[in-house]
Order: sequence, then C-alpha cells, then structure tokens
Amino acid sequence: MNNLPERTEQYYRLYEENIKKIKENSDPYINSFRKAAIENFCKTGIPTKKNESYKYTNLDSFFNHDYKSYFIPGKSDFLKAEEFRCDVADLDAYGVVLLNGFYPTINGKLRELPGGIWIGSLAEAAKKFSDKIEKHYGKYLNGNSDGLVHLNTAMASDGFFVYVPEGAVLKRPVQVVNLVQSDEDMFSQHRNLIIVEDNADFTVIICDHTLSPQKFLTNAVTEVYVGANAHFDIMRVQNEHNNACKITHTFIHQERNSHVSSNNITLHGGLVRNSTHHYLGGEGAESNSYGLFLADKWQHVDNYVNVDHAFPKCTSNQLFKGVLDDMATGAFNGRIYVHKDAQGTIAYQKNNNILLTDDAKMDTKPQLEIYADDVKCSHGATVGRLNDDALFYLQSRGINKREALLMLMFGFAHEVIRNIKVDALQERMDNLVMQRLKGELSRCASCMVRCDKQQH
Amino acid sequence: MLVIKNLQAEINGKLILKGISLEVKAGEIHAIMGPNGSGKSTLAAVLAGRELAKVTEGTVTYLGKNLLDMPPEDRSKEGIFLGFQYPIEIPGVSMVNFMKTAVNEHRKHKGLEPLSASDFLKMMREKKELVEIDSKLANRSVNEGFSGGEKKKNEIFQMAMLEPKLAILDETDSGLDIDALRIVANGVNRLKRPDNAAIVITHYQRLLDYIIPDVVHVLYDGRIVKTSGKELALELEEKGYDWIKQDVEKKDLS
Repeated sequence: MNNLPERTEQYYRLYEENIKKIKENSDPYINSFRKAAIENFCKTGIPTKKNESYKYTNLDSFFNHDYKSYFIPGKSDFLKAEEFRCDVADLDAYGVVLLNGFYPTINGKLRELPGGIWIGSLAEAAKKFSDKIEKHYGKYLNGNSDGLVHLNTAMASDGFFVYVPEGAVLKRPVQVVNLVQSDEDMFSQHRNLIIVEDNADFTVIICDHTLSPQKFLTNAVTEVYVGANAHFDIMRVQNEHNNACKITHTFIHQERNSHVSSNNITLHGGLVRNSTHHYLGGEGAESNSYGLFLADKWQHVDNYVNVDHAFPKCTSNQLFKGVLDDMATGAFNGRIYVHKDAQGTIAYQKNNNILLTDDAKMDTKPQLEIYADDVKCSHGATVGRLNDDALFYLQSRGINKREALLMLMFGFAHEVIRNIKVDALQERMDNLVMQRLKGELSRCASCMVRCDKQQH
Repeated sequence: MLVIKNLQAEINGKLILKGISLEVKAGEIHAIMGPNGSGKSTLAAVLAGRELAKVTEGTVTYLGKNLLDMPPEDRSKEGIFLGFQYPIEIPGVSMVNFMKTAVNEHRKHKGLEPLSASDFLKMMREKKELVEIDSKLANRSVNEGFSGGEKKKNEIFQMAMLEPKLAILDETDSGLDIDALRIVANGVNRLKRPDNAAIVITHYQRLLDYIIPDVVHVLYDGRIVKTSGKELALELEEKGYDWIKQDVEKKDLS
C-alpha cells in the first residue's frame, strides 16, 4: 500500500504487524473478510470532519496517539479476566464478562441457556456454529462506508456471540460487561454477533467500563439479526473515564413484524461515538431507538442513528437526549431513509438537549430522505436551557433552586430511562443518572456491577 | 398578615404595577378583579417571587417579615401559595416525587421529620378526595397531558397538601366548566380557617358565587381604583368594567 495518508498508514501498519497472529486466533470464515476490509479501510481511512457523518466529531486526539499495544489476549490475560467476575445477582441476569473485548475462559467459552440459547465467544462459536456464522457474519453492514467498520472487520477476532433459536424466549436478560483494563495505553477492537431467530424474545444489556486509568481506544462492531415476529431489546450503559474513547457501531437487521428497542445511555466517557443502524427489512417491523447522554468537562458524545425503511408498513421512533455541562460538546445525527416502495411508513424522530453553561455546545442534524409518498414522518430538535417557568413552578412549592434544577434535569433524562423495560434496571439507571447529575458519579465509582465484590 | 404599601413593579422595563396598597388580615378572603391587562397576574407573580417582575418601589410585609427579600421557595415554606393561571407541565417529574419533595421541604422548615412513605401516601389519598381529583393523575408526570380542568384541580390539590397561610389564586376559574368550578371553590372553602387568608384573582364574578369574599378590589391600569364589600362584584358583573374606567378617567381629568 503506497501513498496512504499518515494516519491511515499507521493503522495499516498495525494490521500488517498483527495479521498473522490475528488469523491464527480466528476462524477461516471470519478471516476471509479481512483482505477486502483492509483494502476498503485504506480507501476510506480514519474518518475526519470532512466525512459527513463525523462532521461534529474530531477523532484526532485518540487516533493520533501511539498506543503501546493492540490487544490480542495471551493466557495470563484470561486469568486476569477471571478476577474481574462481577456480582450481578440483584439484576437477575445471565452475566458475561469480556476483557478488552475478548471472551475469557470461565465456564468454557460457550454456554447453553434454557431454550437452546447459546452465549459465548464469537471465535469459539465460529467453530461450533459455522453454519450460523456463515449465514449472518458480515451480512448486515449494508454497504457501510465507515473506515472504522472496515478496520474492525479487518482485525477483530473475538467478542460475544448469542444464538437464540426459533421461538425461544429468555425471561432473564443477558448482561455483557465489557471491561477495559491494561497496564499501558491500548487500542482494542471486538466484534459481536447476535442472532435472534423467528418468534424468539431476547434482551441484552451491555455495560462498558474502564478499570485502569490508561488511555484507551475501543472500536466495536455489533451485528444483530432479528427474525420475523421476534422481539429484541438491546441496552448499552457506558461509564468510562475521561481518557477513554469508545466507538461503537451497531447494525440491526429486522425481518417482518419484528420489534426492536435499542437504548444507549452514556453516563461518562472522554469521547464516545455510538452509531446505531436499524434496517427494517420486512413488512410491519418496528424499531425504537433511544439514547441519553450526560457530559461534562471536555467530554464529547456523538450519537449517529440511521433508520432504513426498506419495506412497507414499518414504524420507527427515535428519541435522543443530552445534558451538557462545563465545556462538553455533543452531536446528534438522525437519518431516516424511506425507500420508494416503503408505503405506509411511520417514522418519528426527536432530539432534545440541555446546555447548562455558555461553553457547552451541541450540534444536531436531522436527515430525512423520503422516496415513498404515503408516509407519516416527523422530526424535531431543540437545544436550550432548562425551562424557567418549570423552575419557578417547583420553587413556588418550597423546593430550593438546586433541588429544583436537579428534578428538572432528572425529569428530562427520565423520559428516555422510562423506556427501559427491565424494571430493576430502570430503577438502577434512574439512581445512576441522579448520582451523575449530583456530580457523585465519576469513572467507575458506582455502577450496576459491583466489581469490588469479586467471586473467587 | 400581608401589608402591601405603594408597590410598583415593571416587566421588561414597562411599569405594570403603579403603586398598590393593600392589607389582608387572617381569616379574610380578598377578591381582586379587573379587566385584562390591569396587572392582576403581575401582582400575583411579585408576591410569589417571580424574577420576571422587577419591584422598583414599595414594600411588602408578610407576617412581619420583608417578603421581597425571600426567594420563592422560602415564601412557600413560610406559607404563601400561588395557584397558577397556567400550571406548568413538567414531563419526567412524577406528581408523587414532586409533592413528596415539597411537603418534606416544608416539614424540614418547621423542624419536623420527613413523612414516611406510607404516611405520605395516606396524606395524598385524603387530599385527593378533597378536590375530587382522579387518583390516576397522581401517578403521572406533573400536569403532563392533564386537561385544563385537571390542571386547575391539581393546583388546589397541591394547596391542600401544603396547607398555606396565604393562598393567592390567579384566575383559577378561567377555562373551567361549572362542575370543575364548584369543585375548585369547594376545595378552597374547605381549606378556609380563621388563621389563614386568601387572595382570589378573577376576571369574572361567577367564582365569587361559590367563594364569598370579605373585600373586593378593582385593579385597573396598575392601581387599585375601588375597594368595597362583596356587593361590588355583583355590580361589576352587571355593568362591566367600563364605568370604572370612565370613573378613573374623569378623576384623572379633574
């Protein structure tokens, strides 16, 4: 590869240096995507502000850094991961812990749950469920031209895998805890695949955490297939430190009459970018995409949502909110694309943001492309202050100003939280958001996973 | 209880209240009537502590204290309650949480322990009955999606919860049908005690069929131009406000 931009070349070199080891750890089918992916990456490169979907997000401070390591786990790392097993008893979930995106050896690398459901390591699943992997892996990126997705396809070798067979219903959610921990600055990538077959019902909660203060860059891709009439809930809670950059790309493919709900809650993090792609690939499919972030200091949070109405009579709904304090910045980019034949589409989008200071800044951009004529679409965006009338109303009942402001911010955030269907989690998130608003939550100080209570 | 002397206030640089003097004693109900734009709501806002209205002159003494020095929350805790003309919708803040916080702030101010969850819910139940408010409303966000009548009933419900010494009801009757009006008025009457007082601000006389005032004031162009007994309200209902306006203009000319 000649004449690559400097930064692109840096990551291409990383690929060259590590590809042998990566391939040894991966299934041949997953490896078969790598060459084309790295070529595509070299064409597209690391996104810059010139790229329309990264217009408001500057990745320089994290990508122009010389990370000492690209994480490929050795045996000792897995041992380390065992120490980080967390107590999630009160959430009543099946727990999965990933270290830097890799599935540790605890309980074996694949685990069977009631109803013939399997969860575990993607690398391991590629061996046992090769037919499933070949049917679904790399199939739902829909010609995505994001260089970082290509880079992930080129280099990622593990992540979590979920297989929910036809008609299976899992009453308890699966909780995936992504721990990031290293002795040196680290770049890591992982790849998740979730297959929810027809008529099945499945809920996953993903928690992103940093456990050591080093500089981290994580680039994760999740592909999801949701079969006809199936229900799928995905919820992501992010609580990382200010020196961490988390980039997630989630691609959800929906078949007819399926229901999907996605919820991204960013409590803390240096630079966070979540892109969520909903492909409504069958009549009557419904998708709900929610997001909430709370940012302060120099934090930056960018939510990119793309809803693709490819079939008639589908419904989509987006609700994203942000609270920005200090010098924090944020971006929201919500795209709704309605294909020519997607008659009877209903698509809503709402983005509301509160700036608590003059220095905080929010960019919001709706993007509607509608090629069908029988469509009900709406979008609205606001960037503003807390409502003075509401503040006075609360004060006039004897509630002091500080408490009243907190109540208003909490109420604002709760409109997103209330869409969480797992009651225990909704309550927990309300508490975490309240703590965060009071400035009591920093880094991993508190979360639903109490990492201090380790099981030995 | 409340003594207002030569109160002047402006909003966005425009003088709205042009010297109001008024005294309300414990046990009294005062009605303040007047045409639109006369300054009725501004007076209510000033008394409740809304920053939007800036006091440029005069004094307001409440129970011997300088009311104008207090932030709105302290006025509330000292027993002043404003029933809003347009109650605010606050999505995401539940009525229960809102009222619990408010009631406990009031209790703290009086040196009382916070109410237990069960005592609080019991209190909510009792007060809800008083204003015949749909019990489901209490489980929703503050005023969110409430009808006009429900919002006004919710104001009286909050008043019942906070048991103010001085209630200021700003056009609580506007937009109410006759049934809702009766319920709101009953609520006010049942909360009346010899040691508390109310200022009822209204455009129409009909509310005063249900809440009998001791004193009626007419506010016009930022001044109280007439003060009399309850019969004044009937006279206004019959003759409208024009004769008052003409009276004032005649006086100004002479």
